[in-house]
Amino acid sequence: MSDALPAVHEQYQVATQQLAADRLGLWVFLASEAMLFGAVFFSLAVYHYIHPAAMHAATDQLDLSMGAVGTAVLLSSSTTMALAVKAAGEGRRWETLVALIGTVVLGLAFEAIKVHDWFDEFGKGLYPPAGPPFPLPQPAARLFFHLYFVSTGLHAVHLAVGILLVAGLVIMQVSGRLTLPERMVTVEMVGLYWQFVDIVWIFLYPTLYLVSR
Amino acid sequence: MPNRMTLVAVWLVLLALLGISTWVALLRLGSWHAALNLIFAVASAGAVVWFDMHLRKGSGTLKLFAGGTVIFLFIMFGFGLADWLTR
Amino acid sequence: MTAEAKALPSKSYLEDGYTLSSWFFSTDHKRIAILYFVSITLFFFVGGAAATLIRLELLSPTGLFLSNDAYNRLFTIHGVVMVWFFLIPSIPNTFGNFLIPIMIGAKDLAFPKLNLASWWIFVLAGCFVIAALLIGGVDTGWTFYAPFSTMFSNGYVVPAVIGVFIAGFSTILTGLNFIVTIHKLRAPGMTWFRLPLFVWAIYATSLVMVLATPVLATTLMLIFAERVLGLGFFDPKLGGDPVLYQHLFWFYSHPAVYIMVLPAMAVMSELMSAFCKRRVFGYKVVAYSSLAIAGLGFLVWGHHMFVAGESVYAGLVFSLLSFSIAVPSAIKVFNWTATMRKGYVSLDAPMLFALGFIGLFVIGGLSGLFVAATGLDVHLTRTYFVIAHFHFIMVGGTVSCYFGALHFWWPKMTGRMYPEMLGRGTALMIFFGFILTFMPQFILGWLGMPRRYHLYPPEFQVLNVLSSAGASILAVAYTLPLIYLGWSLFYGKRAGANPWGAAGLEWLIPSPPPRENFETVPVVTWEAYPYPLKPQPVERKETP
Ligand SMILES: [Cu+2]
Repeated sequence: MSDALPAVHEQYQVATQQLAADRLGLWVFLASEAMLFGAVFFSLAVYHYIHPAAMHAATDQLDLSMGAVGTAVLLSSSTTMALAVKAAGEGRRWETLVALIGTVVLGLAFEAIKVHDWFDEFGKGLYPPAGPPFPLPQPAARLFFHLYFVSTGLHAVHLAVGILLVAGLVIMQVSGRLTLPERMVTVEMVGLYWQFVDIVWIFLYPTLYLVSR
Repeated sequence: MPNRMTLVAVWLVLLALLGISTWVALLRLGSWHAALNLIFAVASAGAVVWFDMHLRKGSGTLKLFAGGTVIFLFIMFGFGLADWLTR
Repeated sequence: MTAEAKALPSKSYLEDGYTLSSWFFSTDHKRIAILYFVSITLFFFVGGAAATLIRLELLSPTGLFLSNDAYNRLFTIHGVVMVWFFLIPSIPNTFGNFLIPIMIGAKDLAFPKLNLASWWIFVLAGCFVIAALLIGGVDTGWTFYAPFSTMFSNGYVVPAVIGVFIAGFSTILTGLNFIVTIHKLRAPGMTWFRLPLFVWAIYATSLVMVLATPVLATTLMLIFAERVLGLGFFDPKLGGDPVLYQHLFWFYSHPAVYIMVLPAMAVMSELMSAFCKRRVFGYKVVAYSSLAIAGLGFLVWGHHMFVAGESVYAGLVFSLLSFSIAVPSAIKVFNWTATMRKGYVSLDAPMLFALGFIGLFVIGGLSGLFVAATGLDVHLTRTYFVIAHFHFIMVGGTVSCYFGALHFWWPKMTGRMYPEMLGRGTALMIFFGFILTFMPQFILGWLGMPRRYHLYPPEFQVLNVLSSAGASILAVAYTLPLIYLGWSLFYGKRAGANPWGAAGLEWLIPSPPPRENFETVPVVTWEAYPYPLKPQPVERKETP
C-alpha cells in the first residue's frame, strides 16, 4: 500500500480492474446519495399534495428569476465539467485546466446566488424560526419554507464539497501532480459527483419554484 | 466519450428545457404544469446522466445500478404516496 | 510491489505488527474485522446490561427500582445500542469483513482505506451515543417517533440522533465496499454461481445498506433540524403529518431488519453445508432468495403503521406484500433442512447454533404472519407479542447465528480451537434460555400486555417472572463465550488450516491467514461446496 508510484493497489491485478472498481464504487455512492435526497423529495411531494393552497402561496414568495438563473448556471457547470473530463481523457492539460476553473467559477456563482436568495428571504421574514414575522397566514406555508431551507441547504453543502474537490483538481494540476491522461479517473470521479449534485438541483428547482406556482 | 459538439448540444437542450419549463409554470395551468415540469426535469436529468456522466458508454453493471436506484425511488414515492392518495 | 520483497514464509496477519497503531490504522480487512469484533462486543454488553435491568425491573407488577422516566430511557438505550451498534454491524462487519475477500480469492476489499474509515466513523458514532447515555439518556424508544422526539421529549435526543446518523455512514461505506469487492475482485474462475452462499447473502445485505440507510440519515437530519433549528416538519400545528415520519423511518427500518437477518442466513448456508458435508440443497434458489428478500423488504414498510392512521387500502397492500416475504424465507429454511438429508451430520457447537436458528427463526417468522394480518395486528401491535416476534428473529435468529459463526470461524481467525463441550453447552443454554425468555412474552402480548410500561396488572406476574428467569440463563450463556474464547486464545489447541474438513477458499489457507491471504491468486475450477472433499487443485506452497 505504501508505494505511491504504481497506479495499481495490491488487491488489484490490473489497472483496468481498479478503474472499473473505482467507477462502480462512485456510482454506488451516488445511488446512496440519490436515496438520501429522495427522502427529502418524498417529504416535499407529500406536503405539496396535502396542502396545495399553502404550497402555492409559499411558492409565490420565491424569486423565480433568481432560481432560473441559478439553474442555468448549474446546467452550464455540468457541461464544463463534462468537457473537463473529456479533455483530461485526451491528455489536453490546458483545456482541462480551463474547463475545471470554469466549473469552479460557475459553482461559486451558484452559491453566491443562493446565499443572496437566503438573505433576501430572511429579510422578508420567510425563515420562520427567526427574523421578521412570517408574512403568510397559512401554517402549512411555514412547512414549505422549513423544507425549502433544509433542501437548498443540503444541496448547497453538497455543492460546496464539489467546489472544494474541483478546486483541489485545479491545484493538483497546476502543481503538476495530476498527470494526464493517466489519472483521468480522478477527474472523472469528481465529475460524476458534480453532475449528480446538479441533477439534485434539476429536481429541486421545479419542486420548489414551479410545480405549486 | 461523446465529442465536444454533443456536449454543447446537450447543454443547449438543457437550457431550452429550463426555459420551456419555467414558461409553462408561468402559464399557471394548475396540476398540468406540475406534471410538465416534472417531465422536463426527468428529461434534463436523463440527458445529464446519459451524456455528461456518459452512462451511455458505461458498463452493464453501472446501468443496472443507475436504473435500480430509479426503481427504488419509484418504490418510495409510489408506495409512500399511495397512503395519502387513498386516505 | 512491497509484498514480493518479503522473505517466505509469510507471517500471519496477527503477527504483522504488535503496536497499537498497527491495529488502529491497519487497512488489513482481517484486522479491521477484529477491531469491529471488539467494539461491537463492548456494545453488546452495554445493550445486554440494559436488557438485564429491564427484566429485573419487570419482576414485580409495581416495578422494582426504576421511575417511569428511567425505564423509558433504559429500553431506549437497549434498542438503540442493540440495533445500530450490535445487530447491524454484527455479522457483516466482523465475519463479512474477514471472510468476503478470502472467500472470493482476493487480497483485500476493493477500498481498504475506506474500510478503516468505516470503523473510525463507527467509533465516533458510538462516542455520541455513549455520551447521550452518560449525560442522561433518551426516552423516545429506538424509533425516535415524531412529534414526541421533536417537540416534547426532554431526553438527550440530539446527541443520540447524531450518533445514529454517523453510524449510518459507516454502514453505507461498508455496504459500498462489499458490493464493489464482490463485483470486481473475484479470483479467476470464481463466477457468480461458484460463490459461497455467504457471499450472495452479504451482497444482498449490502444493497439494502446502501439504498435504505441514507433514508434514515435524512429522517434523523429532519429531527435534528426540527429540534435544534426549529424547522418543524412533523409538527401537526403547522399541518405536518407525523405519519410521514413513520413512512420515512420504516422505509429504512423494515429493510434494516434484513440488514440484520440476511447475514445470519449467510452464515446458515455455510454452517449447514460444512456440518452436513453436503452442497446446500438448491444452491441457486437459495442465492436468488437472498436477493428476493432484499428486494421485497423494500415493499412492506407500511405494516408498521396499520394503526398509525395509514389508509386502509395502503395497509391492505402492505399486508399482502408482507405475507409474500414468507415465501423466500421459507424456501431458505426448507433448503437448509433438506441439506441435512443424506448428509453426514455432525453436532459440533456451530451446528447446534445453526439448528437453534432454524427453530427460533421459524417461530419468529410464523408469528410475523400474525402481525402482518391487518385485523389481528390491531390487537397485537404495541404489545409484547411484537416484542417477542422481533426478538425471535433478531436475537433468536441473528444472535444465534452470530455465535455460530464465531465458533465456526474462531479457529480460522485466531488459529486456536475453543473448548468444544463448553461451546455445545452454550448453544443449548442460549436456545432454551431464549425460549424461556420470549415464549411467555408471546402469551403476555396475546393477553394484551402493552410494551414500554414497567407497571402491569398482577395477573401477568408469573409469565413475567418466567421471562426474567429465562433472561438470567441468557445472561450467563452470552457471557460464557467471552470467558472460554478468551481462554482459548492462549491455551486452546492449535487449529490446522481446516479443522472442520469444510469446503471454501478460507479453509485452504493457513489459520490464522497470512497478511496477504493468498501467496498466489487462486484459480477456481470447482463449484461451491464440492463435497465430498477431494484434494483441491489449488497451488499451495505449504509452509515448512
Ligand atoms: Cu417490518
